Amino acid sequence: MKLGKQTWLFQEPPVIISRAAVVGPDEGEGPLGKDFDIIHDDPFVGEKSWEKAERKLLEEAALLAVQKADMSIDQVDLFIGGDLLNQIISATFASRTFGIPYLGVFGACSTSMESLALAALTVSTKFADYALAGTSSHNSTAERQFRYPTEYGSQKPPTAQNTATGAGAALVARKGQGPRITCATIGKIVDMGITDPFNMGAAMAPAAADTIKTHLADRGVSPGFYDLIVTGDLGAVGSTMVRELFAHSGVPIEETTYDDCGLLLYDREKQQVFAGGSGCACSAAVTYGHLLKRMEQGELKRILVVATGSLQSPLTIQQKESIPGIAHAVALEYGGGQ
Amino acid sequence: MLDTIMPFVWAFLVGGAICVLGQLMFDVLKLTPAHTMVTLVVIGAILDGIGWYDPLIKFAGAGVTVPITSFGNSLTHGALTELRMSGFNGLFSGVYHYTSAGITAAIVFSFFAALLVRPKG
Repeated sequence: MKLGKQTWLFQEPPVIISRAAVVGPDEGEGPLGKDFDIIHDDPFVGEKSWEKAERKLLEEAALLAVQKADMSIDQVDLFIGGDLLNQIISATFASRTFGIPYLGVFGACSTSMESLALAALTVSTKFADYALAGTSSHNSTAERQFRYPTEYGSQKPPTAQNTATGAGAALVARKGQGPRITCATIGKIVDMGITDPFNMGAAMAPAAADTIKTHLADRGVSPGFYDLIVTGDLGAVGSTMVRELFAHSGVPIEETTYDDCGLLLYDREKQQVFAGGSGCACSAAVTYGHLLKRMEQGELKRILVVATGSLQSPLTIQQKESIPGIAHAVALEYGGGQ
Repeated sequence: MLDTIMPFVWAFLVGGAICVLGQLMFDVLKLTPAHTMVTLVVIGAILDGIGWYDPLIKFAGAGVTVPITSFGNSLTHGALTELRMSGFNGLFSGVYHYTSAGITAAIVFSFFAALLVRPKG
């Protein structure tokens, strides 16, 4: 059912019956290390290239999520996935391994919740019995594609963010045990004219604030309805901006706990991650590894995950175009009644 | 005593000033690393063209021969030297006169580095 203009309310909320998060060494050393299913010490994950390594992370997360539900990949009707690389090769090549119907989606780092919302949509409309949503990112593939070769040794400003190495996957079904997907708000592009790719937090913050505000209005609730509202990868700069934007527009965010996956994933005091984490794996691994675990442990009942994406390409940056930001929100509930 | 120390002090200050200039281009003007580097090379080339780089080397030594501006200086210096020795064609043949050793070394060492270690990015 449509609420307002942008929000989907699932009247029979689909369930995340299993999930998996796989990460690289830096993410494993971070404060959430114990919540991830697999931590790789080798950033190559035993593969010959960074791209193959990222693909393997996604394959592992997806297959592990399916395995945890005591199923095989053939029983899954649809895989919806994406990543940051050109032609979303990680998701596409991983799908070659899976051999099941595949929808590739791109929303930069917002892909995690974009794919989860779409998986919930296909399941709730009965076009799929089991839909798998998964995303991945790798620090070295992202550096190569969006920034400079690491050997170049280019300096980074403190507003830069560290692309997370890892992958997350969630298996969505109509019934079962697990967090329910109650609502999704599809974001629209917000572009406030930021042109600096080393300040993506600032580029995405207005989109995050817009989607959260719209979600609350569409659903007719205030922030206190949720135990936690978490943005995907705004980092220190972007999450501070979001708080300011809320203060300006009178959204009482202090009613709830507001946090950011990019700040949760690393220990910024000890790890050199600048303003915090980013990448599809940042929100995916934190949500599917850490946040859903906290829900299952009864610490959180209702959360709103707002994955944020900065939709520039290296070419648009070279041509001095500003960065379009987007944010997709998915509301999750666990325990209690509907 | 002071005569022994001062060359180091000037090299440090002048070399440091060039680096500050580069950092400002990077942080304030938001130039990319490549644009920053190329701008410094062009500044070095222009300074040599108007005859200021040699006096700077005499004054600050390594402070101006180590930063990338020195590469621009060498390009112009080579071209002008060859121009004097062999006429108009020297403008073209002389550009790499002083820089060929540096460029060749970069290529050769990169080759061996690529043989011995895996790329990181």
